Amino acid sequence: MEFYLTAIHQGLAFAALGLGIFLSLRILNIPDITTDGSYTSGGIITAWMLVNGWSPMIAVFSSMLVGATAGIITGTIHTQLKIHPLLAGIIVMTGLYSVNLAILGKPNQPLINIDNLLMSSSDNSDHSTFILIAFSIALILLINLFLKSDMGIALRATGNSEAMVKAMGVNPDRMKIIGLGISNSLTALSGSLIVQYQGFGDINMGIGIVISGLGAVMIGDVVLRNASSRKIYLQLIAVVVGCILFRIILATALNIGMDPNYLKLITALLVLSIIAFGKIKLSSKV
Amino acid sequence: MIELKNISKTFNKGSVDEMFALKNINLTIREGEFITVVGFNGSGKSTLLNIIAGNLIPDSGEVFIDQFDVTILQEYKRSKYISRIFQNPLAGTASELSILENFRLASLRTQSKLLSIGNNSSFRKIVCDKLKTLNMGLENKPDSLMGSLSGGQRQALTLLMAVMDNSKILLMDEPSAALDPKAALLIMELAEKIVREEKLTALMVTHRMKDALNYGNRLLMMKEGTIENDYTGAEKGKINSEDLISWFNS
Repeated sequence: MEFYLTAIHQGLAFAALGLGIFLSLRILNIPDITTDGSYTSGGIITAWMLVNGWSPMIAVFSSMLVGATAGIITGTIHTQLKIHPLLAGIIVMTGLYSVNLAILGKPNQPLINIDNLLMSSSDNSDHSTFILIAFSIALILLINLFLKSDMGIALRATGNSEAMVKAMGVNPDRMKIIGLGISNSLTALSGSLIVQYQGFGDINMGIGIVISGLGAVMIGDVVLRNASSRKIYLQLIAVVVGCILFRIILATALNIGMDPNYLKLITALLVLSIIAFGKIKLSSKV
Repeated sequence: MIELKNISKTFNKGSVDEMFALKNINLTIREGEFITVVGFNGSGKSTLLNIIAGNLIPDSGEVFIDQFDVTILQEYKRSKYISRIFQNPLAGTASELSILENFRLASLRTQSKLLSIGNNSSFRKIVCDKLKTLNMGLENKPDSLMGSLSGGQRQALTLLMAVMDNSKILLMDEPSAALDPKAALLIMELAEKIVREEKLTALMVTHRMKDALNYGNRLLMMKEGTIENDYTGAEKGKINSEDLISWFNS
């Protein structure tokens, strides 16, 4: 059971990442893979700040700020130099690897006997369940509110029809930069929470992490497939549920004896099968 | 209201595909004029509209709106002065937003979009009252996604949205070309009504000769990047479709 509780915790910690990918991929229609870098940045900055005696809240906030900066840079490269967002993301992600290494000064930082948001070392009490659920609910509420605001409506319209938003006096470039900034600050938040949960930061923790977010968003689509309503908050909840299910499926795979060395391969095949599942179901409808 | 001075535009300059879309165009559009523009494909009529709208920048010449030089003003900034209807009836609205949310965006065309929630119950009432005038039953489902409506309905809503926020100029690029005859007629009647009621200055590019003759108070006939004929008011009234056809065939 412990095994599954860990999976649920991880799923909740990944909720921010899933919601970030939802914003970039589904709302803005931009495939952004800055994720691998901004996730690691969030984790690395949290590890470095906690070791150096900063409070966990400030560490979380700083992580999000750096993640937002990474997203803003990707958005600026994509919109101002007019290059494909995937390429812009690869450029920023690659650069961030060195930045992350420079911040930490070493490839790995354990956090032993250091208080963090989820665990207090003095009395060894674990607040993970409560804090992670609280974070997930707060994110769903805040993002829902933002997407319903006037700016949020403009952001969502940008992913729909650029001709339309330009005719409505909206600068689509600005919306994309804001959206990618928010998306990557959420990604960095996940990195920060995961580091606090697992008790160490690692320079390679972000490799291939974008696929977890994609998988979660796609499971969310499957969850909502037969729903009559497509309200934003339902889609956000579906993404968080997708994050948790994704982790539970991976945990189950490991639990029934899969070699952990194949974790990335299993993850890739899992996402592939979710996509295929969606396609098959869709084509059988026609 | 709108003034074009010595506008020229060439596509694919210097290559074998070089095409002179507009040659030294001078045009003054006065307030309250409703201009219809006809011409062959490639005559430059859409280029003319796009240069006023701002999604094309002329190679030379100047564009003035209300005496302001807007020649290089970006499209999204120019939308402060201009409402637009696109040829693609789906392009003027956002599919994954509700009817209400589309209208909310349109109601802020000339203003900044802030973090406040403006799509509230009083706004809802204003929009539902407007929707009622269409007689399409849409006032009963303002929360429906725009994507669930037909092209004709969406083009009609684009027209209503065009006058949600302080509108003076309406640019229409073949607004009924992609619609069935019934929807096309409805859109043209609605466009005429809105231009009249809101006292807009309008320019419409069209391939339908009947529309070019039936609507508006000034007619431009374009050929090979120049305005060959320009009929205003009573002069325009004397032109009939045979005249237009013989001009097209000349």
